[in-house]
Amino acid sequence: MLLYLETTKAPTDDKRWKIVAATMRKLGNQRSALIEALHTAQETFGYLDRPGLEFIATSLRLPLSQVYGAATFYHHFSMKPPGKHTCVICTGTACHIKRADALLEHLEKKLGIKTEETTPDGAISILTARCFGTCGLAPVAVIDGETAGLLTEESLDELLREKVQLS
Amino acid sequence: MMIEELKALAAERKRVQAGRNACINICGAAGCQSGSAELKEALMQAAAAQGYGPESCTVRTVGCLGLCGAAPMVSVEPAGLLYQHVRMEDAADIVSNLEGPAVERIELNPQSPFFTRQMRIVLENSGKIDPELLEDYIGADGYLALATALTEMTPTDVIAEVTRSGLRGRGGAGYPTGLKWSTVAKAPRSPKVVVCNADEGDPGAFMDRAVLESDPHRVLEGMAIAAYAVGATEGYIYVRAEYPLAVARLKAALRHAERNGLLGNSICGTQFGLRISIRLGAGAFVCGEETALIASIEGKRGTPRPRPPYPAESGVFGRPTLINNVETFANIPTIMRNGGDWFASIGTARSKGTKVFALAGAIENAGLIEVPMGITLRDIVFEIGGGIPDGKKFKAVQTGGPSGGCIPEQHLDTPVDYETLSTLGSIMGSGGMVVIDETSSMVEVARYFMEFCMSESCGKCVPCRAGTVQLYNMLGRFVSGQGQPKDLALMEELCDLVKHTSLCGLGQSAPNPLLSTLRYFRSEYETGTEGGAK
Repeated sequence: MLLYLETTKAPTDDKRWKIVAATMRKLGNQRSALIEALHTAQETFGYLDRPGLEFIATSLRLPLSQVYGAATFYHHFSMKPPGKHTCVICTGTACHIKRADALLEHLEKKLGIKTEETTPDGAISILTARCFGTCGLAPVAVIDGETAGLLTEESLDELLREKVQLS
Repeated sequence: MMIEELKALAAERKRVQAGRNACINICGAAGCQSGSAELKEALMQAAAAQGYGPESCTVRTVGCLGLCGAAPMVSVEPAGLLYQHVRMEDAADIVSNLEGPAVERIELNPQSPFFTRQMRIVLENSGKIDPELLEDYIGADGYLALATALTEMTPTDVIAEVTRSGLRGRGGAGYPTGLKWSTVAKAPRSPKVVVCNADEGDPGAFMDRAVLESDPHRVLEGMAIAAYAVGATEGYIYVRAEYPLAVARLKAALRHAERNGLLGNSICGTQFGLRISIRLGAGAFVCGEETALIASIEGKRGTPRPRPPYPAESGVFGRPTLINNVETFANIPTIMRNGGDWFASIGTARSKGTKVFALAGAIENAGLIEVPMGITLRDIVFEIGGGIPDGKKFKAVQTGGPSGGCIPEQHLDTPVDYETLSTLGSIMGSGGMVVIDETSSMVEVARYFMEFCMSESCGKCVPCRAGTVQLYNMLGRFVSGQGQPKDLALMEELCDLVKHTSLCGLGQSAPNPLLSTLRYFRSEYETGTEGGAK
């Protein structure tokens, strides 16, 4: 029988790894803790990278392929670092009926980037989501975690000017 | 907490509430949430400025008040005033008119059909209690059903009561809840597990979010009663990560309930114990399917597996598992309090009780409603929903999200129940209802849902993985006016194949939006063929 007495070493000295390790420990370092661990890592670092996935894989004694498989299967996890600010446009049914696609197109044109991309200066990323459940306010965007509803192209511009200091 | 303490606390709480002169309630669900903290602050300052103490005029955050399109909403009790689109500047005026009449410029008529035509069971406390206060829920007779079940009923009695109520699964498929419970109860192995499916992935649906944000203890109580009935000692709530507020309120509710002996070990002083943990979803629609959800709880990729074995036999970590939707669990405490016969007296012959719908899209009163089963779609859309804004014409109502279909004008007088909706080519679904007006193209709507199913297909079985891509491409040709007449027949054939050979519900229902639009709006497809009339 193998005994895992040694604790797995974190990829860097960054203290934030301790938060990820704590989540896994709380769930007994069981393999079933994988998704919770990925959530914590993404929440703490903003995205998932290879050293992080390796750390989780060794801690939970899982093959790296399985960790990578889960990280890429779920839309919520991102392997790319996000910009300083994020603007998530909802593309759920209610928002779609209320022309969220036009809003998205407007934003892409304005920032000169596509969805899932970040501006070259790293200031802002455009993302999309499948419904935040605030359909009564369609079309909806979530800018840096704050929900804004009943949007028009003008009001979106205004909000971005206010929150992101975007001209 | 023992049952006597619970009753005493409820009586005490009711006395305090009755003693209040006035109470200003601010909607604090996600729809209204942006700015509600500042609004609360402004109202408290206004109340203090006009000489009210916290006892004479309470300002508090409550759950969803229903009409999300009028956000942020405020209600004043006991005068029964309702306000819409409230801003900080309105605070002083609201406080100076606590006993009515309502401030005219922001008034919302509480006698409008949107409020009077509803019947609230699941949402009975929503907008009336502070979701972060356990005392408020207890004051509304919360946890009384659990305490009574644990001390005065056997698990078999509980299942019999639920069976008598005729409650069917509110996740969409409508499987009889009592039957499901008794199957799990009969499973010979233990430990058993209860799972609450709060992975509301259907875009356009927000019933579960509203219930979890407005009345989280109700879901916990329902789960605990279910766990007692089937003999489970472990529970999971699988909730979407896109609902941070719902997750936060659930966590707080769990903590409060455990601290007060209403969950955890020896609940209400009995031998029964239940430990509930929260698992976050990660944005995969397919995880709403029960076997995929189980895989996800186990930390794996959320891919479904063939059934049998059903989760009742082998579910989470191979244990017998009961999986119910949020709304199903939320019905349980009221059924136990008022009796199964009372619940069975509401609704139609085969669909009992009420259903919560999320009204959205091209509709005047977008928001959350709860109506008795058997109400017609026309009443929902035109009376409660207030019809289509900007004088546009109604075209279709979409129920059941990507697994459902579009119902046109001529079938609007159909009563809502599980069977009639499915004969119309749609499904009850979890309760999303998106209204579509004349400006939208139905082919485009069908393509939107096909795109959704295509990108959400987990890729495990071929008919769904490859079929949805083919259907999406064909629909794209019709959208751009390059469809071939023979494609229509081909699409129907492929839909049939995908429907009957896919592994799980996602693939089996993915063709529904296409088939229903083809059935009712065929002319729009014909317009999209090459050389078709423009």
